[in-house]
Amino acid sequence: MRNFNAFTLAREALRGHKGWGKQWRSPEPKKSYDVIIIGAGGHGLGTAYYLAKEHGITNVAVLEKGWLGGGNTGRNTTIIRSNYLYDESAGLYDHSVKLWETLSEELNYNVMFSQRGVMMLAHNVHDVQSAQRHIHANRLNGVDNEWLTPQQAKDYCPPLSISKSARYPVMGAALQRRGGVARHDAVAWGFARQASAMGVDIIQNCEVISIDRAPSGEVTGVQTTKGPIGAKKVGVVAAGHTSVLMEMAGVRMPLESYPLQALVSEPVKPVFPCVVMSNAVHAYISQSDKGELVIGAGTDSYLSYSQTGSMHILQHTLDAIIELYPMFSRMKMLRTWGGIVDVTPDRSPILAKTPVPNLYVNCGWGTGGFKATPGSANVFAHTIARDEPHKINAGFTLERFRTGRLIDEAAAAAVAH
Amino acid sequence: MLLIHCPYCEAERPELEFANAGEAHIVRPKDMSQMSDEDFEAMFFIRDNPKGINLERWRHVHGCGRFFNAIRSTVTDKFLKTYKAGEPRPSGDEIAELMK
Ligand SMILES: Cc1cc2nc3c(=O)[nH]c(=O)nc-3n(C[C@H](O)[C@H](O)[C@H](O)COP(=O)(O)OP(=O)(O)OC[C@H]3O[C@@H](n4cnc5c(N)ncnc54)[C@H](O)[C@@H]3O)c2cc1C
Ligand SMILES: [Zn+2]
Repeated sequence: MRNFNAFTLAREALRGHKGWGKQWRSPEPKKSYDVIIIGAGGHGLGTAYYLAKEHGITNVAVLEKGWLGGGNTGRNTTIIRSNYLYDESAGLYDHSVKLWETLSEELNYNVMFSQRGVMMLAHNVHDVQSAQRHIHANRLNGVDNEWLTPQQAKDYCPPLSISKSARYPVMGAALQRRGGVARHDAVAWGFARQASAMGVDIIQNCEVISIDRAPSGEVTGVQTTKGPIGAKKVGVVAAGHTSVLMEMAGVRMPLESYPLQALVSEPVKPVFPCVVMSNAVHAYISQSDKGELVIGAGTDSYLSYSQTGSMHILQHTLDAIIELYPMFSRMKMLRTWGGIVDVTPDRSPILAKTPVPNLYVNCGWGTGGFKATPGSANVFAHTIARDEPHKINAGFTLERFRTGRLIDEAAAAAVAH
Repeated sequence: MLLIHCPYCEAERPELEFANAGEAHIVRPKDMSQMSDEDFEAMFFIRDNPKGINLERWRHVHGCGRFFNAIRSTVTDKFLKTYKAGEPRPSGDEIAELMK
């Protein structure tokens, strides 16, 4: 693997960029591995990277039914923040934001992490109280978050309408300055490149169709479209398809899979300096470096694996966008798409051991797991390597739905990205 | 947007008139306080979430207001059938017949 630096970039610029070569290997699967990760999204690739880097476990395969990064990792609106209400969540998401801050250097790959600030609007008294409660809770946990008046919100984001005659007038906002966006593909590619260089086999177009277990119960490997592959440990990191995979090992999950959509506009000059979210009217927006407005919509109300979503969901979001930013009313939308998100009852992820020995699961990120990619991967690698959770993910168990020890961000936020 | 047949109104209506109400045929116990934690978890939190045929509840909120059940594919999003609340859970054979 060639490092990216000023010298190699200059040299390749002079040679027409012909000398770069493949960024990761595409090997055939070996007979068996110490660890198999199912799913080459950011969380799965990151897990393989940290297994190799921090735990010295390099005999690892990441199996992907499609192409690397083609799941939700490549379909999301890339909002990154850590201002969640509960202590467990603040710990996990802020661990992630801290890793984001140095990830480009760590991976020698520009993940384009841009801390342009994430502002969450309040449109009614309930929103204001909830935002202020979050701000106080966040501060106690050492997570930055501050209250802005409507005028301060407009100063931070000039396209925002704070007109009192708006249908849902802006009554203030919570701003996390360390929040922002990153380049989604680059995160998958950066982790893949480094993991591959340390010996991890990334095997694309390889769907897991069943999970093998010994008579005594523990997992021994998987059956795939490329044949059987043995494994001492298996980690399921398959987002919307987690229930399907866990069923193969006989574990029923507290998950439901829904389509979630996003869309981008035609590219325009820089007009939108930050990320703005509004839970009440359900619209969130930022501008990509290419100039497109990146707009997140909501989930459909029914289970689906179809990776599309309904038109009326998009329309509802655009209604809200135009109300908040009247200047975008004549923008043309270029593309829309959907991803399948796995939602838990408390809207917090599950990052844990399972009732089946040697089987681990990282799921339930629902509509908001991109921001957690490095943090989740980091503590999940620890969980697999040591066969016990890191203290940061100790609360994110599967058993919490039995014991009642929920991490109820669902009640705290209604929606969360 | 889905077109949904309400078995009470006996009419096809746009999805906007309906609300999805989750997995069908989950029986609420008569005395929840007597349930074991395992049974409560299974009833309240664990879901089939199938990739394929799903049995689910819908409510015709902006119509007759009533709950009913549906058999729908989560791969194609197509409805195979809707039926009134209280009717028995369709058998595997019946679903296979509908899929022909
Ligand atoms: C439209 C949209 C907008 C979003 N916006 C945001 C946002 O702004 N901020 C945020 O933080 N989060 C957001 N999210 C959520 C975020 O995208 C996800 O939580 C996160 O990317 C999940 O990463 P992952 O690596 O776990 O899953 P994925 O990237 O989906 O990877 C899972 C992989 O598993 C593979 N797989 C599944 N089954 C099998 C099998 N049987 N065998 C082999 N491989 C299999 C899939 O093909 C897939 O590549 C959004 C999601 C969507 C859909
Ligand atoms: Zn009706």
